[in-house]
This record gives sequence, C-alpha cells and structure tokens, in this order.
Amino acid sequence: MMRAIRIIGVTMFILSLWHLLVVLTGLPAFILPSPARVGMALVGNLELIAHHASVTMAEVMIGLLLGAVLGVMTAISLAQSPIARVVVRPMMVLSQALPVFALAPVLTLWLGYGLWPKIIMALLIIYFPVTSAFFDGLMQTPRGMLDQAKVMQARPWQIMRHIRIPAAIPALASGLRLAAVYAPIGAIIGEWVGASQGLGYLMLLANGRAKIDLMFAALIVLAVLTLLLHTSVDRLCSYVVRRQQA
Amino acid sequence: MANGAEQVTGSKAKSAQARHIGQGAFMSNSPALHFHGSAAIAGATIFDPLDLNIAARRWTCLLGASGVGKTTVLRLLAGLGDHIDHAGSITASDGQSLAGRISLMAQTDNLMPWLDVFDNIVIGSRLRGDVVDGDRAERLIAQVGLAVHRHKKPNALSGGQRQRVALARTLMEGRPIVLLDEPFSALDAKIRAEMQELAARLFAGKTVCLITHDPGEAARLSDVIFVMNATGLHSVTPPSSPVIRPYDAPDVLACQGQLLRLLRETP
Repeated sequence: MMRAIRIIGVTMFILSLWHLLVVLTGLPAFILPSPARVGMALVGNLELIAHHASVTMAEVMIGLLLGAVLGVMTAISLAQSPIARVVVRPMMVLSQALPVFALAPVLTLWLGYGLWPKIIMALLIIYFPVTSAFFDGLMQTPRGMLDQAKVMQARPWQIMRHIRIPAAIPALASGLRLAAVYAPIGAIIGEWVGASQGLGYLMLLANGRAKIDLMFAALIVLAVLTLLLHTSVDRLCSYVVRRQQA
Repeated sequence: MANGAEQVTGSKAKSAQARHIGQGAFMSNSPALHFHGSAAIAGATIFDPLDLNIAARRWTCLLGASGVGKTTVLRLLAGLGDHIDHAGSITASDGQSLAGRISLMAQTDNLMPWLDVFDNIVIGSRLRGDVVDGDRAERLIAQVGLAVHRHKKPNALSGGQRQRVALARTLMEGRPIVLLDEPFSALDAKIRAEMQELAARLFAGKTVCLITHDPGEAARLSDVIFVMNATGLHSVTPPSSPVIRPYDAPDVLACQGQLLRLLRETP
C-alpha cells in the first residue's frame, strides 16, 4: 500500500514538473507536448498503441527467452570444456567490439521486415550479459564443495548438474535482471531499421507525420512496459533464489 | 569413573549397531596408512620430510598450531594435492589404491544450501550417478538425531545440526578411511563435546585421521597422537583408556596439559 502511494506520488511529481516546464518555457507542442496532450493522444489511440505494443512485447519476450536459453547453454559449455573456453571465449569478447546496433540493417536485409530480425536483435543484445554473468557464477563455485565432490569421486557432468549450476543460480538471476532491461532496446532498434509494426515503428511514423503527442504516448507506453518486464523478472528471480536456499 | 565406564560400554553397543548398518563389509578393510615425504607450494616449503603412520581402525590425531602444514598433509591424503608438490609417497597397508576409499569432513560443513538434509546426505551417490540408498540415508539421519529436520535446508539449521548432517553424509559414503579436518572447531564447547562422542561412536572401526589444534580434543579422541611443528612430528602417548574418554578424567586432563605444554614450548 505504501509502495503504491509512493509510486503514484513520484509519477504525479514528474508529471507536474513536465507540465510546469511546458507552461513556463512556452515550448511549442511539436517540440514538447504537455502531459495532458500526451494523455489524450494515448487515450485516443489506445487500440493502435496496444496493437503495436503487443508486437514489440512479443519480440522482446521471445528474444529474452531465446537469448537466456542460448546464454545459459553457452555458459555451461564454456564452464565444462576448457577447449571451448580457449576457442569460443575470445570470439565472444571480440564480438562485443562490434556494436550490436550495427548488425540491425544486416539482419533486416537477410530476414526481412517481420518479427525475426527484432527478436534476434533482442537476443544478441542480452546474450553476452547473460552468458558472462552465468559463466562467472559457474566458475566461482565454493572451493570446499568441489573438494568434497572430488573426494566423493564425482563425475564432471554430475558436479555441473548438482553443484556448479545450482550454486550459480544467483549469478544467472543478476544476468537475467539486466537482460530484461536490455532486451527492449534491441527490439526497438530492430524496428527503427525496418518494420511495419511495433512501438519503435509507431514512434517513427508519428514523428514523420508531426504527431509528436502520439510519439510521446508510444514512448511512455514503452517505458512502462519495460519497467513492468523488469519488475516481473526481478520478482521472479528473487523468488526463485529465495526458494532455492530456504 | 563409574560414569566413564558406563559411557564406554554404551558406545560399544552403539558402534555394534553402526557396524550392522550396511557398513560391515567395508569395516574389516580399513587399512593402516603411511605418509612419507615433504611438501611445497609454489616453491615455498610447507614441511620437511616426515613419516606419519596412521593406524588401522584407530583414531590418529595430528595436533599442531595453525600454519604448520597439518591441512596440507590431510589434503595430500585426500587426493586434493594438485597444487602441492609432494616429494614422497602415500601407501595403504593392503597395498591398494586410496582412491574411492576415503571420505572427508572439513571445518566448513560444505553443505549445499539448495538441498535439504536428506538430499545433502545422499549427494555422494548423486555425484557418482549411483542409485541412492534412501533407507540407509533415513537410518543415518535418525542416528545423528535429525529425523525431525529431514526436510529442512542448511540455512534453517544450527551450526551443530549442520555438522551432524556433514557427519551423516560422511557415513553415507561408507568409506573405510575418514579424514577429519578440524570438523568441530567452529562449534561451542557443549555441542563440540556431543559431536566428538557421536563421531567416536559412528566412526568406530574406521581408520580415522583427525587434524586439530585443540589439545583437549586430541586427549579425548586419539588412539595415537602426533604433535606437528616446524621440527616435524612428535609422538605423544595418549591416556591408556579406550576412546572416547571422559573429558574430566585425570589422565585425560594430564594428557591435555602435556600436549598444550608441547605446543607452547616448540617453535
């Protein structure tokens, strides 16, 4: 309850600041529309925005899921195999020198204007943080547990399954929390480069037609959805980590 | 002393029970161990050549101050010496390899926080991909007095209860040789005394090597005592009564005093 009041309070405060800024500076509506105008644009175009938001969220969720699965699999193979570490890890680090954004036009060229280039953008942008957070966790298993396993004559894969993976769950959770914030960035960039649907597309379209209030409405919906996604993933991760150890 | 005598007969009866619980086959195979050699880590000498004889089916205690290399000896015995340069040998009296015949109980319990008591106790079987003997695990949980805590995770247990889980996990392995690396040193005095008694009872018949820095523990638990310091190993005769001895018997207290004096006198 206190939390809800606080959130509403902060929102009201930001909206008032925004409103004051518009009134005091006299900025024209095509530079910064007032919150009321944006609110009206939001209500007036609810169906349109909802449609585009659902497309973007679908891209984000699928990208997040695939990126997480791929990241987890990569981290496990890197942790399990020294050869993979020698071969794959430099490639991964090197790939980070290439801005993922720069790949968006290439993906659109190869995969067209549909969902897939955006899903892959979201996937690519979260792949590295998930992989590296989980891999670090897998490599930091408490020494004593590994000693115990060795004396017990454990098999390498069983150590991975019964000790190293469970011990790295908190690290994976940190990676996934980051991923929930990054994934929408990837999807939006994908949409900017070439799309016929999605909030990124809607923003460009509104901008081109000088419907700045609609652009802001789309932006706000995107921010709220990203926040919701981050909060849900954060809650889920905290729950799983708490359940795991108590 | 009547009290002490009663305790001894009591522990005999219970060790007979322990033997009955699926470990009989291993017990007669508990070999003596001989450790020989020096150790260095990254070029720095840990200890000069020494000879350590660990008696079969007895408690051999290695007493020493921190930093004299007790744990290094134990790690080498446990096969955890990958980073240690050991110039020497480790042999068992029956001439067979030690691999798969040793279990280890350390100062930190190394329980998996995500597993409950039962799953922690059977972790060895899971790690080897073996079938889990659930009935035996349940019996061991009852033996260490944790039946009501069976479904709790380590974070919900006290320090003493956690070491009981570690003890049951060690027993579950059914290995003839047990290496104990200061397993009771982090416990309070009351719990420590209880754990010593429980361990003495449940490890009966196994070849046990106990590392400790507590003279009282050495005097209570050892059939053979070595004080380890910078000049090597020094054998000390333990009290003549069988383990586990009452902590307040005159000969136990005298031995404890003698051990402490040795620890303080030597460099």
